[in-house]
Amino acid sequence: MAKTINLTLHVWRQKGTQDKGRFEVYKAEGIDTDMSFLEMLDVVNERLIKEGKEPVAFDHDCREGICGACGAVVNGRPHGPMDKTTLCQLHMRRFKDNDTITIEPWRARGFPVVKDLVVDRSAFDQIMAAGGFISVKTGSAPEANTVPVRRQDAETAMDAAACIGCGACVAACPNASAMLFVGAKVSHFGLLPQGRVEAKERVRGMVARMDAEGFGNCSNHYECEAACPKGISVSTIARMNREYLSSELAE
Amino acid sequence: MLDAKIPAGPLKDKWTSHKNKIRLVNPANKRKYRVIVVGTGLAGASAAASLAERGYNVDAFCFQDSPRRAHSIAAQGGINAAKNYPNDGDSVYRLFYDTIKGGDFRSREANVYRLAEVSNGIIDQCVAQGVPFAREYSGYLDNRSFGGAQVSRTFYARGQTGQQLLLGAYSALMKDAGKGTVTMHPRAEMLDHVVVDGKAKGIITRCLLTGKISAHAADAVVLATGGYANVFYLSTNAKASNVTAVWRAHKKGAFFANPCYTQIHPTCIPVHGDYQSKLTLMSESLRNDGRVWVPKNKGDSRRPSAIPENERDYFLERKYPAFGNLVPRDLASRNAKEQCDQGKGVGPTGHAVYLDLGESLGRLGRDVIRERYDNLFEMYERITGMDAYKEPMMIYPAPHYTMGGLWVDYNLMSNLPGLFVLGEANFSDHGANRLGASALLQGLADGYFILPYTIGDYLAVQPPGKADTGHPAFGEAREAAVRRTGDLLKINGKKTPDEFHRELGRLLWEKCGMSRREDGLKEALKKIPAIREEFWRNLLVPGSGEEFNQTLERAGRVADFLEFAGLMVRDALERKESCGGHFREESRTPEGEALRDDANFAYVAAWEFKGAGREPVLHKEPLAFEEVHLATRNYK
Repeated sequence: MAKTINLTLHVWRQKGTQDKGRFEVYKAEGIDTDMSFLEMLDVVNERLIKEGKEPVAFDHDCREGICGACGAVVNGRPHGPMDKTTLCQLHMRRFKDNDTITIEPWRARGFPVVKDLVVDRSAFDQIMAAGGFISVKTGSAPEANTVPVRRQDAETAMDAAACIGCGACVAACPNASAMLFVGAKVSHFGLLPQGRVEAKERVRGMVARMDAEGFGNCSNHYECEAACPKGISVSTIARMNREYLSSELAE
Repeated sequence: MLDAKIPAGPLKDKWTSHKNKIRLVNPANKRKYRVIVVGTGLAGASAAASLAERGYNVDAFCFQDSPRRAHSIAAQGGINAAKNYPNDGDSVYRLFYDTIKGGDFRSREANVYRLAEVSNGIIDQCVAQGVPFAREYSGYLDNRSFGGAQVSRTFYARGQTGQQLLLGAYSALMKDAGKGTVTMHPRAEMLDHVVVDGKAKGIITRCLLTGKISAHAADAVVLATGGYANVFYLSTNAKASNVTAVWRAHKKGAFFANPCYTQIHPTCIPVHGDYQSKLTLMSESLRNDGRVWVPKNKGDSRRPSAIPENERDYFLERKYPAFGNLVPRDLASRNAKEQCDQGKGVGPTGHAVYLDLGESLGRLGRDVIRERYDNLFEMYERITGMDAYKEPMMIYPAPHYTMGGLWVDYNLMSNLPGLFVLGEANFSDHGANRLGASALLQGLADGYFILPYTIGDYLAVQPPGKADTGHPAFGEAREAAVRRTGDLLKINGKKTPDEFHRELGRLLWEKCGMSRREDGLKEALKKIPAIREEFWRNLLVPGSGEEFNQTLERAGRVADFLEFAGLMVRDALERKESCGGHFREESRTPEGEALRDDANFAYVAAWEFKGAGREPVLHKEPLAFEEVHLATRNYK
């Protein structure tokens, strides 16, 4: 049943990309344990506004774990302590009275901080533009049931396609690598017959762009999989590496 | 007089013959035209990509940090199409008929028929893009029955169909962005619409990162900015979904059609506190195996398991024996409210009814139920902290979708030449009530297969490249936006934008929500201006306009909701009949069911803005039904 708790928040405040940033301490009192984490931040922000102070900036939109907008590192874990959960779906009953909570933005070279907990993830869009698609023009598609797809392949493709592009994988990785994000997209398309035609160009384009955007390499820590709110498997990275290698060999 | 420009000829030939006759833009000339697309959900992303593929220059805008996050992403259930793969008697005609009947005969026959007609091509397109729809062991596509339909015509990708369709459209959009044929403008909010010589020629945007307000010119403007359910504050929409873009266009001359048609979805997680920021939908597929009930006795506070069978009222089964728990959304919602209004609601607030899968658990076993609904049980547990395998879920209706929107003709062009409106932002296909799995269909139909044809008919007679941000109309609109932003910042009062938004939402939910009455609507019409007046006197927005300022963003959106709300209530007052999601308590049958009035209200209500503080003018577009007979929906 619902009860209320009092918390101490250490929140990263940073005015803009060039600002150095620092932690500020806020009291969050009388927090209903039925609140979501973002609702708790709403309450803190409403109070800050009333005090004439700047509220904590954070990205969010759907608040049901699918748009991928929200995310912060909570007590050292991207999206907080619950497995396979976005920050908006984390609820305050996971915390205890008098807890201290540290809240930071994603920290990665590829994701410059915009303000407070908001980061610039446009690098993901750039990677997508470099090959994250099947080039079928509107109107030129054949009848949908022309090519059957093995159910298992379709299901595994769907597992990979569940990525919400939140960036927690990058935030969790000691190298700030985006390989889980890219691996998921390469796997989603690569597992489907309609995606095979452009498979080589896709993996080469996306990987080149990933490197150019300043993301690091994978050194098999698997922190990305642990942080992923959709449980995307690191096996997608292995698939991407295989595809990349075979595209190089084909040259 | 409003001309919907419905092509002549038999219903089933209209779209084909129209496509054969409308003007085309020469391939070599297309690159001379620039089109602005606002919004990157299913409708906007699919339109932007398809227009770019044809050779137009496209500028696409969204307020999210990436086009992939538009709220279409949250749709769970599926997308309808008339493929008839299950061989169960479906056809384009049946999909058309079900949609027009579901809309309670308040939509255009020709539009709805076209929607059904293009549905199959959408599935083809999405599969070719790599959308991982559910498949059978044979490798062929699977279908399911949805929302009480009598055929299995719904394609789905687990409980994430909207996400997968949007990612398909988004990948097409990024492909064109990579080629340079689409220029993406993320984190850009449309603040105004620019009209030059009576034609739509551009928009004014605010960059949400820097606060820079700038003008953008084009040969045509496409709005695909979604619905306005957030006018109720609490809804299943994403937090930032708003009415601003369409409202601004309305104030520049575009007619707003049927604003009172809002859909309240029956199976949502109930409100549990004042801090609540949004409501979460639970897929209505739960109604396939769940029974909805309340205690027979008022104020019965026993645990549900302690209430014996003969003291439970399965009110949907009792009142609608033929359809039972599977009645359409509007009926299910209204009946839940009625029970709660009688004091039989359950849970801490009394605003909830039970959705009980207990009997199915007993009959089918836990494994079968887990396979079907485990993700929903998990979501419910995550949000409420309660285990629905042990105690029945509690649900309550919540605003979910809005059928009303900017008025458009058959070409999806508003009464303002050059302004096209797609998806939930227009009014065209769902009448007074939308059927499950048809929102995704409409968004993609408009963007992939309708606009790319019809926009050519308009552009073909416009000299390209004539729009110029140097025109005084752009300067004026830009200055007005700068002024308005400054006005919001300088009030320096005591209440936050959310406080005003909540107050407005509560008022509308009570007076213009699931059921509406003349006196309540009149009361709302009096109270809305009072909230608006206080807003402009007592608003508090910290920070400046020249930076990333989320409170300022919210303030601007709430300001527009406060203006729009008046029109919504006005429309609800004018429509004295009950139809679809619009239930007027004065208009019901002796049994208390909704009573439509075809003799007086078989029309589209299109409202014209006449200036601040002046009464809007109502234009009526009569709805002619040539193919279907107007019937009373009967689910008894």
